[in-house]
Amino acid sequence: MAKILIPTPLRQYAEKNNSVDVSGATVGEALASLTTQFPDLRKNLFNDEGKLRSFVNVYVNDEDIRYLQKDATAIADGDIISIVPSIAGGLC
Amino acid sequence: MLTQEEVSRYSRHLIMPEVGVAGQEKLKAAKVLLIGTGGLGAPVAMYLAAAGVGTIGLVDFDVVDVSNLQRQVIHGTKDIGKKKIDSAEETMRDINPLITIIKHEVALTSANALEILKDYDIIADGTDNFPTRFLINDACVMLGKPNVYASIFRFEGQATIFAAEGGPCYRCLYPEPPPPGLVPSCAEGGVLGILPGVVGLLQATEVVKLILGAGEPLIGRLMLYDALAMKFRELKLRKNPECICATGDVKLIDYEQFCGIPNQPEPPPMSAEISPKDVKALIDAKENFILIDVREPHEFQIGRIPTSTLIPLGELPKKVAELDPNANYVLHCKMGGRSAKGCDVLRQAGFKNVRNMTGGILAWSDQVDPTVPKY
Ligand SMILES: [Zn+2]
Repeated sequence: MAKILIPTPLRQYAEKNNSVDVSGATVGEALASLTTQFPDLRKNLFNDEGKLRSFVNVYVNDEDIRYLQKDATAIADGDIISIVPSIAGGLC
Repeated sequence: MLTQEEVSRYSRHLIMPEVGVAGQEKLKAAKVLLIGTGGLGAPVAMYLAAAGVGTIGLVDFDVVDVSNLQRQVIHGTKDIGKKKIDSAEETMRDINPLITIIKHEVALTSANALEILKDYDIIADGTDNFPTRFLINDACVMLGKPNVYASIFRFEGQATIFAAEGGPCYRCLYPEPPPPGLVPSCAEGGVLGILPGVVGLLQATEVVKLILGAGEPLIGRLMLYDALAMKFRELKLRKNPECICATGDVKLIDYEQFCGIPNQPEPPPMSAEISPKDVKALIDAKENFILIDVREPHEFQIGRIPTSTLIPLGELPKKVAELDPNANYVLHCKMGGRSAKGCDVLRQAGFKNVRNMTGGILAWSDQVDPTVPKY
C-alpha cells in the first residue's frame, strides 16, 4: 500500500481526506485507485484526454514523476505520493 | 560603512560571525522589491525593514479593508481606507527610519514590469493571482533576478526561490496556469490568519540568506508547509530543459489572456442570473422555487438566507440524483463564482430552470438584508 497526500484545495473532492491509501504498482495505477474511490477528483486531476493537468504535479517521495517514468513510475509499499497543484494566494 | 547609529541598531547582527559588519553592509547595500503588501508582503516588509535591508521597493495599488486585518499585520485599524502602500511605508519607517522605501503605486503589467524590476537585486513575489505570478516569473527570468516565491491557501503554504542562476523557474514547475475557476482563490477559500506570517517569514529568511550568501538557499527545492499537521515537507524542483528559462525563448505577453481571463468579461445570458432583490421578491411572493446555498457549512454558520438549503459545491454532483430536475432553482454562494459552477453542474444534469444569484450573499447583505454579516 502506498499513500497519496491530498492537498488542501482538492480535499473537498475527496470527502475531506488529507491522505488516502491506494493500491497499484505504478503511479498511474495508484491515481486510478484514487479516482475510483473519489470520482469527483478525476476532472481536477486529468484533462479530457485523460492526461494529468499541467498545473498539477505528482511526486513520489520527493521526486517529480516527470523526471522518473511518469505514470509508469513504480511504487513500493510505504511510498508517499504527493499531489502538488499550483496555488496563487498570497496578497489575500 | 555603517554609521554609529546603525552599529547600535544592528548590534545583535554584528556580533554574529555569520552576519558581522560585512554582512550588515551587504544588507544595507541590498535592493529588494516586494510585490504585494498583503498577507505575505506584510511580515516580509516588516522584518526586512527591521533587519536593515537598505532599499525596499513596494508594489501595491490596493486599499486597506477591515477584512485584511485578520492577517495583514503591517496595517492597523487606523489604516482602513488608506492606500496599503502608504500604510506599509508608515509601519516600516516606524520600525526602521534608516532605510530607503520606494513606492510603486501601480498594478504590475507587461508594460511596466521590466522597468520596475530592473533596479532591484532580489524580487519577492507575494501576489495573489496567476497572471501576475507568471509575469513576475518571466520578467525575473529575462532580467536574471532571483524570485523568492511563496503562496498560501487556507492552512497550507509553498515557498521556493525561482529564476536563481542555474535554478528552475515557476514555469519549470507549472508550465501553464489552471483554467479560471478550477483553483479557488483565497477570497473564496479563506486563509488562516497566522499562515502568511509563517510562510512570509520563510520568504524573508531566504531573501536575507541570498543577500548574505549564507547557508543553503531554497533553490531547486519546494518547501510545503501544512499548519494543521504542523509539517514541513521538501520536494525536488528541477530545471526543465524545455522550459523558456533554459531555451531563452522568453518575452512578456498578455498574461490575463494566457490565464484564460477574458479582457471583457462576457455577460452571462440574462436568464442565467437573478439579482438578490428579485430573489427576495420571489421569497415574499411565496413563489415555488428552491434556493440552494453551495457554500461550506462553516460559511453557512456565519450568515444565511433563511429559506436556503445548504449543499456545498463539492457535494452537489452526488446530490443531483435527489433533486427534482423539473423544479425551479436559484443557487448562491459568497460572491457568485462557486454558485455559477453549481448552476453548470445542474444544467449538465439536464435541469432547465437554474439561476445564479448575482454577487452572492455579499450582494444580498448590500441590497436586501444588511443584518447578514459580510466576511
Ligand atoms: Zn523554467
